[in-house]
Amino acid sequence: MSITVHLPTMLARLAGDTHALEASGDTVGDALTDVIARFPALGPRLRDDAGKPYGFVTFYLNDEDIRFHGGFEAPVADGDEVIVVPTVAGG
Amino acid sequence: MTISVSPEAAATTTALRALPLLCRNCGAARDAGPAAICEQCLGPLEAVYDPARALPARDAIAARPTSLWRYREWLPLDGEPVHSPDTGWTPLLEAPRLARRLGIARAWVKNDTVSHPSLSFKDRVVAVAINAAAAFGIHTIGCASTGNLANAVAAQAARAGLEAWVFIPHDLESGKVAGTAIFAPRLVRVRGTYDDVNRLCAQAADRFGWGIVNVNLRAYYGEGSKTMAFEIAEQLGWRLPSAVIAPMAGGSLVTKLRKGFGEFLGAGLVDGALPRIFGAQASGCAPIARLVERGDDQIVPEIPRTIARSIAIGNPPDGRFAARIIRDTGGWAAHVSDDEIVAGIHALAEDCGIFSETAGGTTVAAALALSRQGRLHADDELVLCITGHGLKTLEALGDISAAAPVIEPRLREVAALAAAVGS
Repeated sequence: MSITVHLPTMLARLAGDTHALEASGDTVGDALTDVIARFPALGPRLRDDAGKPYGFVTFYLNDEDIRFHGGFEAPVADGDEVIVVPTVAGG
Repeated sequence: MTISVSPEAAATTTALRALPLLCRNCGAARDAGPAAICEQCLGPLEAVYDPARALPARDAIAARPTSLWRYREWLPLDGEPVHSPDTGWTPLLEAPRLARRLGIARAWVKNDTVSHPSLSFKDRVVAVAINAAAAFGIHTIGCASTGNLANAVAAQAARAGLEAWVFIPHDLESGKVAGTAIFAPRLVRVRGTYDDVNRLCAQAADRFGWGIVNVNLRAYYGEGSKTMAFEIAEQLGWRLPSAVIAPMAGGSLVTKLRKGFGEFLGAGLVDGALPRIFGAQASGCAPIARLVERGDDQIVPEIPRTIARSIAIGNPPDGRFAARIIRDTGGWAAHVSDDEIVAGIHALAEDCGIFSETAGGTTVAAALALSRQGRLHADDELVLCITGHGLKTLEALGDISAAAPVIEPRLREVAALAAAVGS
């Protein structure tokens, strides 16, 4: 199963300047675990100490905020896209 | 992404310099630049002011032109602004009938419905952001907007001769769309809520390097909101009210009111206690008010369902900070139904002669709700921040002209009407 994780420029710097990473897993959390295994520096900027979503990023699954779909437990399917966007914007 | 610079814009950079930045979360410092997010922790950046800078006294400020730039020492730029020199200094009107309705000693309306140039408080933040853009030599600005910011960006960019990309939800009120399109920006209507638009703009700023005022210019932009607090203090005769209520969308205005009042206290321009700060939201989109009620520290995002489109942000970026300030100052937050919002618009119009958009109706209705809850006191002096003009949201009022009789141009028809009402 192939999921694409899209990173903003600031986080792409922690992943070899790659904005789009291929990942695998059954949930958003699994896909991120896969990405973090390859780029450990991303870990603290995607998950907090309790393993929950890091407070200054918002995760979208195919353009929808994952908090409306179970958070990191949101199931993913082949071809899905997970988009990571800094929270500090707008208003 | 590299920011592109026009020769004309670059020529303006010599006289204007933006202040350096500091992360509000981790304290990391960085140079001035079109960045709102800390490279270390992704927390929010804020402008850093030189604590040793010379600050003006009351009389020096009072002698300056009546615009928000009279408070330039508390705005994040060094040098003379090159754009939007005449924004700010809106009226502060005492509202005795509204005070009676609220059961408090005195009330005032800070009337940003007549803000120049686009009839909302967003003119303040854009005036600062567009000058920050000039300091950086950015020739394309933009925004994600629920309407008022779109109006302000489009108008001020037009006057400055800058290109503007303006992103709005596709189904905004017609007055807000027309009030943007008339200035001929690159107006883009996005199928989705404001939160969808905002996410798209965050990605666009990352990709294209535009100066999106509420994304990568946000550290400078937000400071413009403080001028509402400064003006309230000065217009009250250099003193602070006991309470202030403001509508909440992203939550930034509440945080900047607190910061502005605090800065004037720190400068010795006013004394006494900080006002209790109250927040107003629509029940159909009230993530910050509900956070205040719960008392925890996590925003629960909402999908907006309210006529108050200008404050319909389901994932408010400053929600946590706003909720904390509301609680720390001894204030509270209320959320009100769409019917109450419309009633609030009418109450403000009939009590004060001010025609507000839905956010103002929300603010008045929330103040009434807080009064009923006993959170306003009989000796309170309350300022209501009314942030946008009612002509922008006519849809909310329905067919308001239906109650007006239609007559032939004959005096006897007027006499009949007068007799019917006992005049």
